[in-house]
Amino acid sequence: MVDSFGINLIWLVPLAPLIGFVLITFVTYRSRMLSALTAILSVAISFVLSLDVLRVILTHPEITMNNPLEKAVEWLKMNGLFIEMGALIDPLTSIMLFVVTFISLLVVIYSVGYMADDSRFSRFFSFLCLFVFSMLGLVISNNYFQMFVFWELVGLCSYLLIGFYFYKESASDACKKAFITNRVADFGFMIGVIILFIYFGTFNFGELAVAISNSQDLALLTLAGILVFIGPIGKSGQFPLHVWLPDAMEGPTPVSALIHAATMVAAGVYLLARGFILFASTTTVINLVAYVGGFTAIFAATIAITQRDYKRILAYSTLSQLGYMVMAIGVGSITAGMFHLTTHAFFKALMFLCAGSVIHALHKQDIFEMGGVFKDMKITAVTMIIGGLAIAGIPPFAGFWSKDEILLVTLENGYTGLYIIASLTAFLTAFYMFRLIFLVFFGEKRSDFEGHESPLTMTVPLMILAFFSIVGGFIGAPFLEKGFSSFIYFGEPHHPEPNLMIMGMSTIIAVAGIFLAWLIYIKKAISAEKIANQFKPIYTLLYNKYYIDEAYQWFFDKIVLNLSALCNLFDRYVVDGVAHSLAWIIRTTGTKGRYIHTGSLQTYALVLFAAIVVIVIFLAGPVVGGVQ
Amino acid sequence: MITLNHYLLLSAMLFCIGLYGALAKKNAIAILISIELMLNAVNINLVAFTKYLTPGVFTGQIFAIFVIVVAACEVAIGLAIIVAIYRNRTTTIVENLDWLKW
Repeated sequence: MVDSFGINLIWLVPLAPLIGFVLITFVTYRSRMLSALTAILSVAISFVLSLDVLRVILTHPEITMNNPLEKAVEWLKMNGLFIEMGALIDPLTSIMLFVVTFISLLVVIYSVGYMADDSRFSRFFSFLCLFVFSMLGLVISNNYFQMFVFWELVGLCSYLLIGFYFYKESASDACKKAFITNRVADFGFMIGVIILFIYFGTFNFGELAVAISNSQDLALLTLAGILVFIGPIGKSGQFPLHVWLPDAMEGPTPVSALIHAATMVAAGVYLLARGFILFASTTTVINLVAYVGGFTAIFAATIAITQRDYKRILAYSTLSQLGYMVMAIGVGSITAGMFHLTTHAFFKALMFLCAGSVIHALHKQDIFEMGGVFKDMKITAVTMIIGGLAIAGIPPFAGFWSKDEILLVTLENGYTGLYIIASLTAFLTAFYMFRLIFLVFFGEKRSDFEGHESPLTMTVPLMILAFFSIVGGFIGAPFLEKGFSSFIYFGEPHHPEPNLMIMGMSTIIAVAGIFLAWLIYIKKAISAEKIANQFKPIYTLLYNKYYIDEAYQWFFDKIVLNLSALCNLFDRYVVDGVAHSLAWIIRTTGTKGRYIHTGSLQTYALVLFAAIVVIVIFLAGPVVGGVQ
Repeated sequence: MITLNHYLLLSAMLFCIGLYGALAKKNAIAILISIELMLNAVNINLVAFTKYLTPGVFTGQIFAIFVIVVAACEVAIGLAIIVAIYRNRTTTIVENLDWLKW
């Protein structure tokens, strides 16, 4: 048994932010300083414990994906129902704990600067703590039930934080949209988990893994797999339930960073990795996962190239990268998926925090109104460019290694179509990222604003994240003897062979994307307007995000509302009709029946006596008959 | 020779007269008297049965005394009620006392 404070106090990892939340909400809410300090401290405790867990995993090679440490307490016990609360510690958990606590800690520190002028400063930090608690509870879950509970809590927290500026109508709409979209997806997840429980009698990941690998019932596994997959489709913003994620930009920017990097969308990918055996058990489901991921990747990337809002572009880029991760898991490599999740967490958090820094300074979000910000905000600009290079996949930045591995496994496992889609997406990613960077940080000022560098609490997290965006990829570089792939895998570890052809190809593609952006937006050799005008219908389609939102609107207006009206009629005339007619029968019986009561004493006496006579005849009849 | 049947006949007649009075009389006091008649018919029954079927055992007689006691209480309460009603409504005609209806 491993003895270390991180493992022994594993329950404190999620609980520390919860304590922080309670303290801020009930004790320190009056003092901004204390609230911020409580939040930072509580997340820092989780971070330190997570670091120790990671250390234990790295130094104890006997704890593997197939041989995890498990600690659990009984939570609910009934006849036929046994639910536990527990922690499952394996390399997957440890890397997620590290990523989540690390990013959260930086975001919390950053928020001290970003939210400094906000009147509801303390409330913001209490929500952040609750968010981190929910995500950490989800990560350490050892069973589907616990995961579902925290899964819902994460949804609630995102609702609270996206709607933090609830007095703005767009924000309150966005938070409702996020919550409802997630609820739709969670419902699928819930039914899937219930089916698994009914057939296998357990929620526990380990026990389910054994049961599933022994099960022959392909139809059942397909059904359960698809239903559970609906959960990640919603939470990780896969097509067609991706609509909430871009709107989630209405929340404060640190929240966007948190949602996009660490605490929300990562949950879906994490679930796919955690329950991989279920998805991998039938080819239908695993192919569905792969193609949904691949489609989302290119779908979101094409939208991103036309958007004008700084954060919206980043949001679509997140969707696209999430598609990458889901696709990686779909083609059978949780190694590649989780690796990309990790590196993406670094550079996407970085880019969002940069966005926050720029928006904080300029009070603008439209990239066409910015320009030339570089000289005013050097740190932000440099870190943003590092993030851009990382996501575009330029070696040796973090994104290069993880993206490369995804491309590699896609090709190796025979998904050539997806490989082409992924490469195309990589090109688009590089293009729209540098379109953004060139438009914001270079060129001439396109409107009135005063640029200034942000305070240290904001720039220091940027620098730390930039550092990780540069070196973070080396943990999984293929030339490493014991890299990422020897810790996180499914079944047997699979060491990726460096494939220079793919590496070269992806680098060329990324550079080509950046070059194209440079040509259009710096050199102005090609006019963007001209292209847009030439392909007007396509441009309009992309700019309006394929009219998915409109399609949903139409669906709700025409179908859901009419269906509801029908249900309303049914309720009013059938359900209420039955209830009302029952009441009418009783009332009428009463009104008619009361005339029996004449009030005349002698009538009563007569009835009484007649009844006695009847009873006597009835009872005495057989006796008298017997005498004869 | 007077047999049990004579007593039963007497008691039945008395009971029927009482029943008729209770159902047909208008005055509440008359109804009360009729009820007394019915009770006494029962008493005759009780005593006669004991005398002819189980001589030497006095269950019937004791029971009859109980009935007389209860009847006395009943009359006391009944008369009190009638007096109260009379004070309220200045009548003891039961046909007019029909407020216990819808």
